[in-house]
Amino acid sequence: MRYFQLLPKTHFDFIGARKTFFLISGIILLACIVSLCTKGLNLGIDFTGGTMVQVQFDGNTDISTLRTALQKKGINADIQTYVGKNAFAIKVKGKQENVNEVSKNIDSALATIGTKFEIEQTSFIGPTVGNDLAKKAILAFALALGAMIMYVAFRFQNIIWGAMAVAALFHDILLTIGVFSFFQIEVDLVIVAALLTIAGFSVNDTIVIFDRARENLRLNPKYDLPTLLNVSVNDTLSRTVITSITVIAATAILYTMGGEVLKNFSLALLIGLTSGTYSTVMLVPGLVYQWSKGSNFDAMATGVSTQETPKKKHNKRHYNN
Amino acid sequence: MNKLAFKWGLIGLIFIGSIALLYPSFEWYSKTPAEREKLEASNSRPKHILNLGLDLRGGSSLLLELDVSKLSGKETLNESMQRAIEIVRNRIDQYGVGEIPITRQGEKWISVQLPGIANPEQAEALIGKTAMLEFRLVKTDSASQEAASKIYELEEPFNNDGTLTDEAKKLMPEGTVVMKSKEGGYLPLTETVSVSGADLEDARVTAGEYGYPAVSFQFNSDGAKKFGNLTGANIGKQLAIVLDNTVQSAPRINSRISSQGQITGQFKMEEARQLAIVLRAGALPAPVSIIEKRVIGPGLGEDSIKSGLTASAIGFIFIILFMTIYYRAGGFIASIALFLNLIFLVALMAYFSATLTLPGIAGIILSLAMAVDANVLILERMREEKDKGQTLPLVIKEGYDKAWSAIFDSNLTTWIASILLFQFGTGPVKGFALTLTLGLFVGVFTSVFVTRAIYEFILTSNPKDISL
Repeated sequence: MRYFQLLPKTHFDFIGARKTFFLISGIILLACIVSLCTKGLNLGIDFTGGTMVQVQFDGNTDISTLRTALQKKGINADIQTYVGKNAFAIKVKGKQENVNEVSKNIDSALATIGTKFEIEQTSFIGPTVGNDLAKKAILAFALALGAMIMYVAFRFQNIIWGAMAVAALFHDILLTIGVFSFFQIEVDLVIVAALLTIAGFSVNDTIVIFDRARENLRLNPKYDLPTLLNVSVNDTLSRTVITSITVIAATAILYTMGGEVLKNFSLALLIGLTSGTYSTVMLVPGLVYQWSKGSNFDAMATGVSTQETPKKKHNKRHYNN
Repeated sequence: MNKLAFKWGLIGLIFIGSIALLYPSFEWYSKTPAEREKLEASNSRPKHILNLGLDLRGGSSLLLELDVSKLSGKETLNESMQRAIEIVRNRIDQYGVGEIPITRQGEKWISVQLPGIANPEQAEALIGKTAMLEFRLVKTDSASQEAASKIYELEEPFNNDGTLTDEAKKLMPEGTVVMKSKEGGYLPLTETVSVSGADLEDARVTAGEYGYPAVSFQFNSDGAKKFGNLTGANIGKQLAIVLDNTVQSAPRINSRISSQGQITGQFKMEEARQLAIVLRAGALPAPVSIIEKRVIGPGLGEDSIKSGLTASAIGFIFIILFMTIYYRAGGFIASIALFLNLIFLVALMAYFSATLTLPGIAGIILSLAMAVDANVLILERMREEKDKGQTLPLVIKEGYDKAWSAIFDSNLTTWIASILLFQFGTGPVKGFALTLTLGLFVGVFTSVFVTRAIYEFILTSNPKDISL
C-alpha cells in the first residue's frame, strides 16, 4: 500500500535560488523596518502605563456617542471596538500616578450615556511597571538566545550554523512585529509570549535541517556544501511541510474560534510560524552557504560534528532484547 | 520481553498516577462557582490542583510598591519586605476571602492576586492603609499656638500624606508639629511620639458616643507601662490620637489610663471595621502604593475559558485526525502519545499547583507542536526505511535511531532557553517558560518512549506490515 503523500521526493535547488529569497526577505524586512521607524508599535498600556476600561452595553451604542460622552468629561481616549458586540475598550495611555482616578472618571462618563452597561475589565498600570516588565522580558530573551547560539554552535561544532539559526529567528520575529506595526495592532504582554513561541519553533525547525546535514555529511563526505545543504533541505522538506501544516492549522483554529483574548496572540503565532517555515527552508541554507563561502569554507572543512548523540546507543540496547 | 513489560509497567504507573493527580482538579472544577467560593473562604481548597490565572477565570490582581525611601533603616530591605508581605497577608486574611497568593516581585513590589473578586475596592482600601497610630500631647504654649494660626493662613501647608511642607516646617518652634484634625482646624502637637500603634495588642469595633462606632484597643504590657506613665504625668492636658498624620480626636486626660483606650471620630461602620483590622494586623514598615491593578469580570473570564477550550479542543482533534489520515496506523499511535502527553502535562502542573495563564497556554502549544514534530520526524524516517525495503523491526528501529538526534537537539535547545526564561523572566514570560519546560520533558517521553513501547508491543505478534 502506498503512503498518503503530500510531497513526493523533491530536488529543489534552494542554494541556487538563494539570491531570489534574499531579495524577497530583504524587501519584506525593509518594509517592516520602515513601518517600525515611521509608524512605530501600537504599544498597549502594559508598556506605556495608563488605564483601560472594557465596557459592554446592553443596547446599541455607537462609537461617536461614546467619544462625545468621554470628551465632555475631558477624557481623551483610544477606543477599540469589538466586532459583533456592543463592547468597547477605552484606553487612556500615559503616566498616571493615581490608581482609580481615570477609571472612575470613565465610569461617570459612561453613566451619562443612559444605556445600561457592565464593566467587563479594568486595568491600571503605573508608569514604572511597564518599563520594568519590558526590560526584564528583553533581558531574559537575550540570555535565552545567547544560550541557543552556544548550544547549536557546540552541537554542530560551527559558530556560523548557530548564528544563522538565530538570524532566521530574528527574521521571523522582526516580520511579526513588522506586521503588527503596519496594521497598528496592539502589542501587549501576551504578544511577548507569542514571540517566544515563534522563536522556539523557528530554532526547532532549523535544527532539524542541520541535523540532517550532519548525518548526510557523515554518509557522503564527498558532498560539497551546496549539495549537502540542498539534499538535506529536500530530505526534510516533507517533514517540514507536514509539521508546519499541522501546527499552523491548529493556530488558525485558535485564531478564528479562540475568542477575543486569544485573537492577537494567535495572529502573532500565525504570522511568526508561517515565516518560521519559510525562513527555515528558503533562507537558512542559503545564508549558511553565503557566509561560509565568504570565509573560504566548504563542506569537508566544516568540521561539522559527526559524533552521535549520547542516548542513541542506549536506544539500541533497548531494542536488542 | 522483560524490558518491554517494564516499559509498559512504567507507562501504566505514570498513567494511573496522572489520573490520581488530576482527580482533585476535576472534582474541584465540576463544583458550582458558589460551592467553590464557600470552600475557598473556609480555606479548604485542595492543595494540588491546577489553578487558573486571572486572565482566564476573572478576578483582580494588585501590584503594590513599598515606598523604600520612608523605611526606618532599622532593618534590611528584605526584612522590611517580608514584614510588609506578612502584614498585607494578615489584613486580607481578616477580610475572609480564603487563601490568597501574595508574593514578592522584584525588589520592592508585592503582587496580590484576588481570584474571584470583581470589586477589589475594599481590599484596596484595606491594603493601602499605612495605619500609623500615634499618641502625641497637644501643645498649649503661646509660641506653638501662634505657629498653628500662622500655618492656618498658608495655602497648602500639608503634603499629600499629611506631613508639613518644608515651607511650613520653618515656621515651627523647636519640638512642635502641626497636624490637621478630623474635628476641624489644626492642632499643635509634640514632635516626639510618646506611644505608638506598635504597642497595641488588640483592636475591636465598639459602640462610641452619639451612635458612631468607635475602635477600642488594648495595649501590650510594654505599651501599657508607657501609656500609664504618659497619662499619669499629664492629667488635665489634651492627648491627640493621630492616625496616618491626622488627628482623630484629642480628649482631655482625666485620670491615669494604662491598658485600654478608645479611638472616636465620626467613623462610618465600614471605616471603623477596617481601622480595627489594620490596627490588629500592625502597621506597614512604610507606605505602599498600588502601581498596577487589573480587574477581569467573571463573565469575561468565563467567556475566554469557554472559547479558548473549544478552540483548543477543535485544534487538538484536527491534529489527531490529520495525523491519523496522513500516517494511518503510525499517525494513530502518535495521536495516542499526544493525548497521553496532554494528560501527563496537566497532571504534572496540578501536582506543582501551577497557575495556567494565557502565556502558559502558549507554552503548551509550543511543547505540543514539538511533540507532533518529533512524531513526524520518526514517521518520515520510518517511511524512508520502508522505501529501502527493510523488514518491519528494522524500519522501526532505524526510524527511531535516525530521528533521535534531531529530536534530542531541538528539544534540548528549546529546553535550555526555556529554563533561562523561567529563571530570569517575570510575569507572562515566566508563565510561558514553566509550561514549556514541563511540556518538553513530557513531550519527549510520550512521543519517543511511549510510541516506541507501542510499536514494540505490536511487534511481539510478528505482523508483516504497519500502515504508515
